Parts: sequence; structure tokens; C-alpha cells
Amino acid sequence: MRHIISILLENEAGALSRVAGLFSARGYNIESLTVAPTEDPSLSRMTLVTSGTDQVIEQITKQLNKLVDVVKLLDMMEAPHIERELMLVKVRAENSGRDEVKRLVDIFRGRIIDVSNTTYVIELTGAGDKLDAFLQAIDRGLILEVVRTGVSGIARGEKALHV
Amino acid sequence: MPSPGSRAFFVLAGTVSAWPTPAYERELNVELTGAEIFVQCLKDEGVEYVFGYPGGAVLPIYDALYQQEAVKHILVRHEQAATHAADGYARSNGKPGVVLVTSGPGATNAVTGIATAYMDSIPMVVFTGQVPTALIGNDAFQEVDNIGITRPCVKHNFLVKDVKDLAETIKKAFYVATTGRPGPVVVDIPKDVSTNKTEYHYPKRIKMRSYNPVVKGHPRQIKKAVELIATAKRPMVYSGGGVILGEASRSLVEFTRLLNFPITNTLMGLGAYPSPDRQFVGMLGMHGTYEANMAMHNCDVLIAIGARFDDRVTGNIEKFCPTARIIHVDIDPASISKNVKVDVPIVGEVDQVLKAMIKEFKDGAPMPDAKALEPWWQQIEEWRAMDCLKFDRESELIKPQYVVETLYKITKGKAFVTSDVGQHQMWAAQFYQFDKPRRWINSGGLGTMGFGFPAAMGVQFAHPDETVCCITGEGSIQMCIQELSTCRQYGLPIKIINLNNRYLGMVRQWQEFFYQGRYAMSYMESLPDFVKLAESYGHIGIQVTKPADVEGALKEAMKVRDRVVFLDFITDQTENVYPMIPAGAGQNEMILI
Ligand SMILES: Cc1ncc(C[n+]2csc(CCOP(=O)(O)OP(=O)(O)O)c2C)c(N)n1
Repeated sequence: MRHIISILLENEAGALSRVAGLFSARGYNIESLTVAPTEDPSLSRMTLVTSGTDQVIEQITKQLNKLVDVVKLLDMMEAPHIERELMLVKVRAENSGRDEVKRLVDIFRGRIIDVSNTTYVIELTGAGDKLDAFLQAIDRGLILEVVRTGVSGIARGEKALHV
Repeated sequence: MPSPGSRAFFVLAGTVSAWPTPAYERELNVELTGAEIFVQCLKDEGVEYVFGYPGGAVLPIYDALYQQEAVKHILVRHEQAATHAADGYARSNGKPGVVLVTSGPGATNAVTGIATAYMDSIPMVVFTGQVPTALIGNDAFQEVDNIGITRPCVKHNFLVKDVKDLAETIKKAFYVATTGRPGPVVVDIPKDVSTNKTEYHYPKRIKMRSYNPVVKGHPRQIKKAVELIATAKRPMVYSGGGVILGEASRSLVEFTRLLNFPITNTLMGLGAYPSPDRQFVGMLGMHGTYEANMAMHNCDVLIAIGARFDDRVTGNIEKFCPTARIIHVDIDPASISKNVKVDVPIVGEVDQVLKAMIKEFKDGAPMPDAKALEPWWQQIEEWRAMDCLKFDRESELIKPQYVVETLYKITKGKAFVTSDVGQHQMWAAQFYQFDKPRRWINSGGLGTMGFGFPAAMGVQFAHPDETVCCITGEGSIQMCIQELSTCRQYGLPIKIINLNNRYLGMVRQWQEFFYQGRYAMSYMESLPDFVKLAESYGHIGIQVTKPADVEGALKEAMKVRDRVVFLDFITDQTENVYPMIPAGAGQNEMILI
């Protein structure tokens, strides 16, 4: 099953490579990984999307917790949560095609943020599967470039991941 | 041998005495160089010995070490040996081992020893020199990414970029290495950090928000375990190295005796429970006893304590303990349900958990039915009667088992025994009956040939008046043979018990069993004359070829107290280690002699 794991880690040089190294050394897969400093400059927050059996996920969280740089972590799947990802897509947009792309972008509540005579850059946020759906919907032949940030997640309600 | 603390020892060590007290010990509030801070930290940490080897990046540190006497530096002949010696020191007395090596090749040479300590959870702090901060990343002379290279085989590592952080980082390193599940920690010190100055302050205590090892087992889990134990009719205690690391041997003995349960130890756990005791059924696993493995296979309640269900123990995981409900006590949550799903996990210090369980029973919790245990013990005695460790006692050739058995006899089980890796290691484990923790020192997890001899040096430094033996093979001993020179310099009276079968015996055994006798590269040719080799370093060498001479030679060796005795036993080349569970087989599928 797919899991989103949020991690607070010390904002130290090398902390990221410890997490990445753990995944490669133990053969766990990483679907996506994002990391940035938080409001507390001594902490970074990482969001990791991975998948595996319950036993594998249990090992992943235990092994992550064992890393000295990991302060705290939360498996988002344990409670209701919100997941978001940002995607930028550059598409070929010419002649009548321009309208069609625009309509599709509206349906997905995206925005066109750059326009040239022949191209659009589309900005889209949402859960990963929504972004996948957009890429399915649009004519593949039009896509010039896709950039995805990887998933970020946050728990709903009172539950919060902080030190 | 002069004790390592004595003056005579230091003359031998080539270290000069009677230096004036360094400036920083006389005046307060002076600024110290990083190198001086380094030395001061080790003093404040109570470090006796640093095992190391100098080089460019650590010259300032060596200069500071030279100007004091409290922290003694032991010069090895290869950095791998420095790490194994520090490791042996730590295993034999529980204090962290300390290593100092230079950047680049010094650090890479140390990696095997770091990984060895990591796999067996040995507390160790390894200081590596690094090129000056301004040069890091420039492919400078003798630069290598120590943090990157060691990352997968340390508990944690630190690069110190500012002399102001040095003291606190060293404190953290010792704290992380020695608490929770112990392990090696690397501290990488760039040369300019050693020469820059700052005020010295060593923190008394340290708190790290990201590191809080659990110590106490959860009372509800402990209750559950006690209830499960009370239902056992065919119980088994399976304990590992965690009991030794956690100083829980006494509690383990009390717990096991209170319940009258059979107990087995892993290779790493030998000595935690007295081997000669009736309740002890021997080591388990690939070369464990018939009775230990059969009891594991047939038990109904398994109590795993400080053990990690390693594949050399479990055999085929699908066939492991098919009828057992399992309790697992370990300080490392990640160890629990990693290989085998358990019924009652307890995360905590093994000693505390054992004591809590004992207390439950003493306070009136129902005990297991003693009557129900009788048929189980009867069954175990039947398995034991198979005498799975028997060997040919009439042979004209020296049987390696006989050498170990005789060593046990004449040292009365009191020696510290290190070993390398191979058949000799298994015979040492099977035939030397350890009855105290920390006496049996071997590389169980990584299986590092070359470990035994330098580890013995560390043990001898920790226990200058005790008998230290290294049981090895002619393959393994050659991997760190250069340490004969170190032993000469410091007058270490280690007994090398070389079980010389002219084969990489364990490899040969697998080739005989599983590769139809195609002995690819397992025959050791062009061996040195070990007697002359030992003599050329100023030690004593004795070759033994007849069974009748084994005991005499060992006794002779025990008398020597100022240098190594290299006992080269020419043993039966074709001897195999039995019993054996082939890789992938179940615990009840042993090859017996
Ligand atoms: C550094 C290292 N290289 C290779 C091995 C693989 N290996 C395991 S046992 C063994 C043979 C050891 O031979 P020897 O030291 O003569 O001991 P014996 O088995 O003959 O008692 C080898 C090569 C190892 N464990 N460690």
C-alpha cells in the first residue's frame, strides 16, 4: 500500500543523505521525496511517499526513527489528512488546440501561468492521483515537459507534527 | 608483562615521560587549540587508550597527545587493527573503544573495523582526520568523504566544521555510541579545526531532542509476557549479544533458573549463561547443537532476549519455530518483528525487563506448571544424548576440537578467547565452555577474518593480568599478522592458537558439501614458517604436530608473560564442523556426523 510519511529532521548537512541512503541500502522504494526548512530554521520537514506491505512500512518507520537526525515522524495514513502536489506542465498550444487545452485546465481547476505563441505553461495542484488524471486526459502528443514537486501532506484537525 | 599503566610499560611503548604540565592545565580561561581540546575531552571522558596511526591530517592531534600522559596512545601497524583492537577492548570491558586515524587511506583502512563493530553493536568512537575545511570537496591530497563512506556502517557520524563545536560533538559521540543499542560513531575532524583556538568547555550532560533511547519495557507488555510464560509446556529461552551488551547476565541466570527453562545462546550471546550448567543446551543456529536446534523447533513458547533472529540462527524463516508463540525483548524497536513476526514485543533494556518479569513471578503471578515441564526436559535429555559434538579421539592427527577442549581444560575456562572467522571460530564456540560474559570475543555479524588477533590486543590492554588467547586459522591470522610488531612493542603476552589445516577450512567444507568437492581457491599454499615468523618479531613460536604434545605446548605457552606465543597446531585437514544446518534448511534439518 502507498504511504505518505512526514518527517521532522535536524537541519544538518548530510541528514537528507542518511534518509536516502537508508532507503537504498535496505531496498525500500521511494516514490517521491520533498524536503524544505520549516518555520523553525533548525528543522527540515520531509515528506516521503513509499509503498510496501504493512510489515515493510513498519520497518521503514522504525528504521527512520532510529536515524539520529530524525526528530519525529508521522505516517499520514494513520489519520485523515490532506495531500497536495504541485505540477507544472508545458504543452504545445497552437490554433484551435489552444482552446481545448484551456477548457481542460479549467475543468481541473488549474491555471495557465505562461503563454507564448506556441506554448502554455499550466500550473496544477492537488493530490497525486488528480495530477495523474490530468496527464491522462490531455493529448500526450502535446506535452513538452512535466515537473512535479512530489507530495506534501498534513493531518486534518488538531493533530499536528511538531516538536 | 608490565601492566599497561606502569612506567616500564611506557618505556617499552616508546612514550616519553616527565613532560611539563601543558599551559592549558595551569591557567584558566585560556583558549585551546582543537587538538588540545580533543585530548582534554578524552581525559574528561575517562578514556585510557586510543588505538591509532598518525598521518598529515592528524599531526596537530598527535602533537597534543605527545605532551601529556593521561591518555595513552597505542600504535598499531594497520588502521584496521586499530579499530579491531578498540573493539576488543570495548567488548571485553564494556567501555567504549577509541580510535584515531588520519584522513584518506587511514580512514578507509578503518572501515572494515567500523562495520564489524556496527554489526555487533559495539560502542566505539572513531576519530578520522580530514583535510582543512577550505579544501573539502576539492579532491585534496588524502581527501575522502569519510562521512559518506562510513554512513551505512555507523550508528551516527559527525563532521566538525568549527572548533567551537568540537567539545560538544565529542560529548555527543560518546553519548550516542554508548547508550541505547550501542554502536560505532565517527567524528571527522578537519586539520584546521585541530589548529584553531577556542575556550574549552566539556558539557557534563547532553540532551539531544532527536535521540531518546527507550529504557523501560512497557508494564502491560511485561504482564502479557508473564501470562504467556505461565502457559508454557515446552518453553525455550533464546538469548543473544544484547544480554552481554546490556549487562543482564545475572538477571538472565536468575530468570532461567527460577523457571527451570532450557536456554540456548547465540554465537554473540555465549557466556551470558554459564555453558557448563544443566539448563544450558548449547549454542543454536547453523553450527549449533542438535538439542538446541531441536528444542527451538519444537518449543511452544519462545522467549527471545537481546537476540535478533539472524539468518544464521533461524535457518529457513518459513520453517522457524513452527509451534511457538514468541516473546521478544530488545532495546531496539527496529529489531522486533524485522525477520520474524512476534506475539509479545517488549522494547526496553533487557536487564530491566528481566528484573520486572522476575518480580512479577515473585509477587505471585502464576508460574508455569512444573509437572508439565518434565516430559519436555526428558525429550531434551534424549536429544542431548545424541552427543552431536563427538569427534574421533583416537586419531593420529590433531583434531582441532581437541585443541580447544584442552585449552578450556588447562585455562579452567577463565581465559579471554578471541577468534577469527571460519571453522576454528565454530569449534571455539562449541568447545570452549564460557561461563562469564565478555570472555568470548568474535565477529559474529560481519564475520571479519583478521579480527581475532588485533581484538586480542585490545582485550589484553583492558585486562593486562588475564590470559588472552586468539583461536585462529592460517588464513585469518595472515590478514592482520603485522600486529606481531605491535605486540612486541607493548609486550603483550597473547597466545595465538593457530588451527592450521592448510585450507580456508570453512570454504572447503562448503565446497565439499555443496559444490561436489571442487575446491576452488580454498587451499592455502606458500604458508610462512609461523615459528620463524613469530621469532623474527621477537616472539616465541611452537609447532605442534602430535595429539600427545597439545597439552604440554599449551601449558608451556601459559607460562610466558612478556611476549606472544604463536602455537601452530598442524591439524586434520579434512575435519568438518558438525552439526550443520545447510543455508535455507529448517532448524530440524541438521547434517550430523
Ligand atoms: C575478510 C574476509 N574475507 C573472506 C571471508 C570468507 N571466509 C569465511 S571463512 C573463510 C576461511 C577461513 O579460513 P581460516 O582462517 O584458515 O580458518 P578455517 O576455516 O580453516 O578454520 C573465508 C575465506 C571472510 N569471512 N572474511
